[in-house]
Amino acid sequence: MMTDDEIHDVEIRLLLEGIHQVYGYDFRDYAEASIRRRLSHWLAESPYANFSEAQAHLLRERPLFEALLAGITVNVTEMFRDPLFFKAVREQVVPFLKTYPFVKIWHAGCATGEEAYSMAILLHEEGLAGRYRMYATDINESVLQHAAEGVLSIGDMQRFTRNYQKSGGKRSFADYYTARYDRAILAAELRKDIVFAPHNLAVDAEFGEMHVVLCRNVMIYFKAALKERCLRLFDDSLLPGGFLCLGMKENLERRMPSERYTEIAPGTRIYRKHYDRTA
Amino acid sequence: MTALPKFRAVVIGVSSGGVQALSALLGTLPADFALPILIVQHIGPDAGDGLARLLDSQSPLHVKEADEMEQPAPGHVYLAPPNYHLLVEPDGHLALSADLPVSYARPSVDVLFESAAEAFGPALIGIILTGANHDGSRGLAHIKARGGLAIVQDPADAEAPQMPLAAIAALAASSVDHVVALAALPALLVTLTHRGTCHGQ
Ligand SMILES: C[S@@+](CC[C@H](N)C(=O)[O-])C[C@H]1O[C@@H](n2cnc3c(N)ncnc32)[C@H](O)[C@@H]1O
Repeated sequence: MMTDDEIHDVEIRLLLEGIHQVYGYDFRDYAEASIRRRLSHWLAESPYANFSEAQAHLLRERPLFEALLAGITVNVTEMFRDPLFFKAVREQVVPFLKTYPFVKIWHAGCATGEEAYSMAILLHEEGLAGRYRMYATDINESVLQHAAEGVLSIGDMQRFTRNYQKSGGKRSFADYYTARYDRAILAAELRKDIVFAPHNLAVDAEFGEMHVVLCRNVMIYFKAALKERCLRLFDDSLLPGGFLCLGMKENLERRMPSERYTEIAPGTRIYRKHYDRTA
Repeated sequence: MTALPKFRAVVIGVSSGGVQALSALLGTLPADFALPILIVQHIGPDAGDGLARLLDSQSPLHVKEADEMEQPAPGHVYLAPPNYHLLVEPDGHLALSADLPVSYARPSVDVLFESAAEAFGPALIGIILTGANHDGSRGLAHIKARGGLAIVQDPADAEAPQMPLAAIAALAASSVDHVVALAALPALLVTLTHRGTCHGQ
């Protein structure tokens, strides 16, 4: 006889399989420890005793599944997360971007949009306003709605201001938002050149002709095969001479297209695609 | 007798007072220590990798920050990077996550311990050292529930006794296997893992 824990493991596997077949979301390629942690959390807060019981409802009631989905995709982000990364973009990537008449940037797994808005602020300060378009995508449509509104919580402004300053920000962070009660509404000019759209890295196709692709703190949740798929997607999306930006604990070493990329400086996690295509 | 070694990994949770405690512990374990050691030391989000480099310079073991999907090796020590949770996948690989802090902590001891307990079951040694909060007590209880071994630093010996006290209280029913002073820990670990000898004190 299996232990309770072992049965719990079986139930989780069955549920993920069911979700894939019914809704097309494939979480079987996600790192398991995090997913299980979040699923167990969801279960503990739900009225169900176990996943066998929950499954009957999850596979039939879309709103319940949507709630689970929101619970198991992690959308934690912040303005100028890892300030030194943004400093490196400002000092070592922007000079190249300035040589193009128009720049296209893809934020894959943008969550509530803070990374894209941070980039917009940086590009405006560096004189690239009106010369870029950003595509900010995520699997989770409810975070995209939130992202498109461009509204932050006032309580976070102190931390975000500190990040902004450390990232080499040239103005006062308060110039970029209007405070209304407990909300900070980002300036309209930051929002107007960002397109928020749903995109699932596990199944959807590449975005062509990008100068910069950012995918930070998304692939850490993926197993090797899905990671490979993403990297191929980004490689296919990037122009020669383009930049691939990963999270601070992610790297291209020993990974598929690494021979075509060079990190612009150690530890930046910004990889430049070579011009000579020898594939 | 060629039975498989009983234990496959050691996990350690530590907070305030941790730098000294870890440097004493890792400085004393033998270079051929038979298991990988995974550590959550509470640390600020912008701390950088200075702690890993400091401990590496002080220990005969190889100390580094954990990388995503790394396979832990014996004689190696993996620290959770600042601003990330460290977890163990069911197949034993290390994983990182940027999920929300748990009890204000990222990295969180509970997150490491709970996932490691699920991956290693009875083949896991969990250790709570000095700290001024209660992170890790849920995790240590989880390790016990899955058949692992629980060690807690003697609160009287800890620079900050709260974390050891909380862990001992949380395990009340199943009880901690060993409550030890820091100085006795290296020898205990070596005995438990039946390999190598301690050098120095
Ligand atoms: C931790 S957030 C990272 C946000 C931002 N890039 C940053 O670093 O601050 C991870 C995001 O990846 C998204 N995500 C997870 N799986 C995805 C998939 N298959 N396709 C696209 N986005 C996905 C989640 O919904 C979440 O918003």
